[in-house]
Amino acid sequence: MMAAVLLIALFGGWEAYTRVSGIDAFVLPPPSAIATSLVDDRALLWSNFTVTAGEIALGMLVALVLGLVCAVAIHFSALLRRAIYPLLVGSQTIPIVLVAPLLVAWWGFGLMPKLAIVALVCFFPVVVPTLDGLDRVDGDLRKLMRTFGASRWQTFRIVEAPAALPGLLTGMKLSVAIAAIAATLAEYAGSDAGLGNLMLKAIPQFETARAFAAVLVLSAFSVALFGLLAFAERRLLPWAHQPRGTTP
Amino acid sequence: MQTHMRAPAKAQPEDETELGSVVLRAVVKTFPAERRASQPVTALDGLTLTADPGETVAVVGPSGCGKTTLLELVCGLTAPDAGTVLSAPAALMAQRDLLLPWRNAVDNASLAMNVSGVERSVARERAGALLRDFGLSGFERALPHELSGGMRQRVAFARTLLSGRTVLCLDEPFASLDALTRQEMQDWLAGTLALAPRTVLLVTHDVEEAIVLADRVLVLSPRPGRVVATIDVDAPRPRDRSDPQLVALRARALQELRG
Repeated sequence: MMAAVLLIALFGGWEAYTRVSGIDAFVLPPPSAIATSLVDDRALLWSNFTVTAGEIALGMLVALVLGLVCAVAIHFSALLRRAIYPLLVGSQTIPIVLVAPLLVAWWGFGLMPKLAIVALVCFFPVVVPTLDGLDRVDGDLRKLMRTFGASRWQTFRIVEAPAALPGLLTGMKLSVAIAAIAATLAEYAGSDAGLGNLMLKAIPQFETARAFAAVLVLSAFSVALFGLLAFAERRLLPWAHQPRGTTP
Repeated sequence: MQTHMRAPAKAQPEDETELGSVVLRAVVKTFPAERRASQPVTALDGLTLTADPGETVAVVGPSGCGKTTLLELVCGLTAPDAGTVLSAPAALMAQRDLLLPWRNAVDNASLAMNVSGVERSVARERAGALLRDFGLSGFERALPHELSGGMRQRVAFARTLLSGRTVLCLDEPFASLDALTRQEMQDWLAGTLALAPRTVLLVTHDVEEAIVLADRVLVLSPRPGRVVATIDVDAPRPRDRSDPQLVALRARALQELRG
């Protein structure tokens, strides 16, 4: 609610400024022009949106699967923890701006380079909180499972994996925001469709309002995805949102 | 710490342990120094203790006298450096309830049965019946955060009982509860054990709790822990904590504790 009020105030001020200052619309389009573009270009925006949304969703899915596999592997093996973890941290310092055009050169203008970049960026926020969740299970709880004769796998399945779910969801929520940026960046490096592609083409055509409209669509998608994850979290993990009297 | 464990579920070879007795003879347990500068810590030094089947033995002692180590030895979570530990399969119940926050009361109580592969519906049925016996009707599907401290502790106790172990190791089970709830839970535990006797090792620093619940109270010395006094409590049950005999025993135990 407060976010809506803030947004209205922001757009109001912006609209007033563009009117009063007489700034060129292709330098800073007024919100009314962006709104007009949202309506007039809706078919264009929609067709490009589906491309980018697909890149984000699939890229995050890849990051989720790879991230989970990595987190579990590192959790189970001290050797892998020493071998892989530093590489994971290192992977996050790869300048995507540099790599993205190379990936396009290898794989063309299609989905593959976008998937790789979105997955690369989202992977780390999935691994770290998930691994933390797995590692931070109460030592006494592990002991309890041992007195019941539980195997390592049973302890993982019954205690550790559920305990890591809140961390996993936090990681997914963090990923949502950066996934949109990563997808846009990947499209800038080489693409024939997508909201990033649309923005890239709109600027030299002096269609700044359309570029802003594309940004707005992308933001709305991220917020919606974030909201969906937050909703899933509340529904699936009601226990994670309670003040903890005890355990793990 | 993790690799050289004995499987706690396996019964020991001696016949007496099958019936649910616990025998510790001249047990020594030393923990290596945690930091380079510090000394290794001897938690237990020549501790001898027996609990007969169906007997409740309380162990009281000052903080850090190795009480928890004692229970971990009995549960097979750790091995002694010297001496022998013979015990029927034992289950541990800690001061904290350690309930899984995502499992409801019934499923938490079923935990040990889930591990041993009891069919889920059977486990739920048995756990539900026991929880109802424990006065938790209507709370079977409640998550731990929806239960009070005393209720959670009862669920934890149900989980311990349903593990099917003949020996119960209780590590300050009511220490985290408020005074009134603690007394209620002690009376409740006494009643439950009267109905379904088990061999119980109760570690506590609450002397009154020890006297009210146990057949025998062992007083441990400060670290390294050894038994310095044995107090037999042969008062009839149910016990009244204001009974002069119990009050006298309590005073004696406190005196022994102070050395």
